[in-house]
Amino acid sequence: MAQKLLELRSLNKSFGGLTVISDLDLHVNEDEIVSVIGPNGAGKTTLFNLITGVYGPDDGEILLDGKSIVGLEPHQVTNRGVARTFQTLRLFLNMTVRENVMAVQYGRTKATVLESMFRLPRARREEKEIRARAEDKLGFFGQRLVGYRWDQPAYSLSYANRRRLEIARAMATEPRILLLDEPAAGMNPSETHEIAELIGKLREDGGYTILVIEHDMHVVEGISDRVIALDHGIKIAEGSFDAVATDPRVVEAYLGLRKAETK
Amino acid sequence: MADEKLTPQQPPDQPRIGVDEWVASVEDKRERYSGVVGRFRRLWDALPVGGRLLVFAIPAAIFPLVTTEGNLFRYGLITLIYALLALGLNVVVGFAGLLDLGYIAFFGFGAYMYGILASGHSGRHWPAELAIPVVIAGGALLGLLVGLPSRRLVGDYLAIVTLFFGQAFVVFVNNANRINFPFIGHTDLTGGANGLDNIDPLDFFGWKVTTTKDYYYFTLGAFLLVMMLLYFVNESRTGRAWRALREDPLAAEVMSMPINRLKLLAFVFGAATAAFAGSIYGAVQTGAFPGDFDVGLLITIYAIVILGGAGSLAGVIVAAIVVNAVPELLRDANQAEWVFYVGLTVVVFARVRPWPRLVGVVAGTIGFGFAVHAIADAVWPRLTAGSSGGEGALAQAVGSWVLLPSDPKQIANFAFVILIAAVLGLTLIHGVWRTVALVPTIYLATFVWENLLIQQTAGATRFLLLGALLVVLMNARPQGLFGTARVEIV
Repeated sequence: MAQKLLELRSLNKSFGGLTVISDLDLHVNEDEIVSVIGPNGAGKTTLFNLITGVYGPDDGEILLDGKSIVGLEPHQVTNRGVARTFQTLRLFLNMTVRENVMAVQYGRTKATVLESMFRLPRARREEKEIRARAEDKLGFFGQRLVGYRWDQPAYSLSYANRRRLEIARAMATEPRILLLDEPAAGMNPSETHEIAELIGKLREDGGYTILVIEHDMHVVEGISDRVIALDHGIKIAEGSFDAVATDPRVVEAYLGLRKAETK
Repeated sequence: MADEKLTPQQPPDQPRIGVDEWVASVEDKRERYSGVVGRFRRLWDALPVGGRLLVFAIPAAIFPLVTTEGNLFRYGLITLIYALLALGLNVVVGFAGLLDLGYIAFFGFGAYMYGILASGHSGRHWPAELAIPVVIAGGALLGLLVGLPSRRLVGDYLAIVTLFFGQAFVVFVNNANRINFPFIGHTDLTGGANGLDNIDPLDFFGWKVTTTKDYYYFTLGAFLLVMMLLYFVNESRTGRAWRALREDPLAAEVMSMPINRLKLLAFVFGAATAAFAGSIYGAVQTGAFPGDFDVGLLITIYAIVILGGAGSLAGVIVAAIVVNAVPELLRDANQAEWVFYVGLTVVVFARVRPWPRLVGVVAGTIGFGFAVHAIADAVWPRLTAGSSGGEGALAQAVGSWVLLPSDPKQIANFAFVILIAAVLGLTLIHGVWRTVALVPTIYLATFVWENLLIQQTAGATRFLLLGALLVVLMNARPQGLFGTARVEIV
C-alpha cells in the first residue's frame, strides 16, 4: 500500500448558500498522478484553493503526510511542500523570467533583511544557490526557457511559455506535490501533447507527486494513474480513466441526462 | 541535426516555436532607442552599478567647490535631503507598491525626535552618534505601529488610513506643548505651533557639523550609503518578494511569500529612512516646525518618486534635482527665459516627427512670427512698441519677432486664457491639422510668456512652468524618467 501524501477527509466548503465542495474524500499517493475532471463550476479550482490555504474549509481535514494543514496561511502551506499553478496565469509579469523563479524561493531561504542589506556571507551564499536553482528549474524545459529568455520580462513570453514558466515557478518552491490547474488550457494540439509529456517527465525526473485539473481528455487519458470526477462539489466517480470516462454519472454531468440515456 | 546540442546561451537556430509577433515586437522595442537619447540609454545600460553611482557622486562631490554658500543650501543640501526622503518612499511605493500618504509624518517624527533628544528646547544634548540610531529605531518602530493595523489594507484604503495618520501627526505636534503626563506633569514636548527651536547641530564624537558645506558632504555620504544598502536589499530575496507582492499579492502569498510581513517590512524601511532624513533636516534648520511636514512636502516627494520612475533608484536622484533645481533656476527672469525657449525647442524637436514636418513647424513658426510682427507694425504700431520683461541677449533677439504691446497687461491676460484653450484644443485634433495648429499655438505661448509670465518668475510662474514641465514629461514617459513601462496582459 502506497503512502498517502495528500489526504482530504469529508471536506466541506460553501459560499453563502452555495455549496461548492460537499463531503469530499480524496487522497493522492506518493509518486502518483491524479487527475480531477468535471464540468465548469464543479468545484475543481475551489478544491485547489482549499488545499493551498487560500480559502479555509467550513469542515473537514486536509492532511499532508499525515499532518493537518488546515488553518495555515498559504505561504506556510507552500513551505510544507505544496505548490500550484493558476488556471488564469498569475506570473509576476514585469519581473524577468529568472526573477520569477528566484522570487518564489523566498520560503526556502533564510537570510534576514539585515544580512542582505550588508551582503553578509550567508546572504551571498544563498543568493548563489537561488540563482543556480532557478536556472536548473528553467533548464527542465529544454530550450523553451533558456539562455536569452532568462533576462526578458515575463510578459514578453508567448502564452505557452508563460504556462511553462508557471510550472517552473511552482517547481522552484521545492514542493513534494504539484497542483496543476489546467496546464493545457489554451494550448494548440502540439503544445498540449508536449505538456502531457512534460507532466510525465515531472514525475519521472523531478520526483513530484501530481494532482492535475484538466479538461483535455487526451491529456487526462495519457497521464493519469487515477481519475476523479467532480460535479457540484461531489465526487461522482473515481478510478482508472476508462472506468470514469464510461461511468454513466460522468457522462450525464458532461452531456446532460437525455444524452446519457440515449447513449 | 537532431543530436546537435544547443548551448543555453544562444537563441535556438530553429523556428522559434512560441515566439509570437507580440514577443518579437517587444524585443524590437528594446533595440529601438535611437538618436542622442538612445546612445545615452545604451551607455547607461552598459555601465556597472558602481559606475552609475559615480556618475552621480563625482559631480555632487565637486558641486560645493563651484558654488556659493547660499546656493549650496538652496540647490544642493535641500535636494539631497529630499532625495534621501524619496529613497525611502521609493521602497514603500516603488518596490512594494503601497500607497502611503502619511510618509511625511515619519520625516517630521525624525526632526522632532532629534530635537527632543538634542536641543536647547528640551535641555537634553545627546551626541549624534547616539541620537541618530535612536531616531532611526524610533522611526522604524512608529512605522511598525502604523503598519500593523493597516497591513491588510490595499490601495485606496491604505491611502486614507495613512493620510489620516499624516494629518494626525501635524495636529499632534501643534498641540503637544502642554501634555499632562502622569507623575511628570505638564511637559512642552514639541513647542506647539511655534515649533521646536534651538536644535543642536549634529555632533559625532566631538566632530561638530556646522557649515552648510559640512552638512552637504555629510548628507551626500548618508545618501550614498542608504542608496547602496537599499540597492542590496532590492537585489535580495526580500527585494524580489517586494516586487512580486507589487505584481500580484495573491500569487506571491501562494508562492511562499508572507505578504503581510513583507508589507510591514517595507513600511518600516520607509519610515526609518524618513526619520533619518528628518534628523538631518532638523539639525540643518536648527528647528522643527509643524508647517514643514504638511501635504505640500508629501506632494513634492511623490512627484520626485513618480517623475523618476517608481522603483528606480537612479530616477530618484535625477527627479530630485529636477523638482528642486528648476524652481530655483526660474527665480531669475533671464535664466527662466533660457529655460522656456530651450524647453520649447527640445519638446518640439523631440515630439514632432517625421523630420519634414519638424522643419515645417520650425520654419512656419519663425515665418509666422515675422509676418504677424510686420503686419501689426503696419496696422497698429502700439502692438510692437513695448519691451520684454527679460533683459538678456535672448530677449533682444526675440523682440523683433514676438508682439510686445506697450500696455500688455489686459491683452496678455486674454491671450493666456486663449492659450490654455488652444493647448486643450490641440489634444483633440489629429494629423496634419494638429501640425498646422501647432504653429500659432507656439507663437501664442511665446507671446504670453514675453508679456505676462516672465514678469512674475519669482512668484507663480515658476510653479506654473514646473507644472507644465511635469505634465509634458509624464505624457512623454508615463513610467517616469528611469522607470520601465509596466505591462499588463488581459
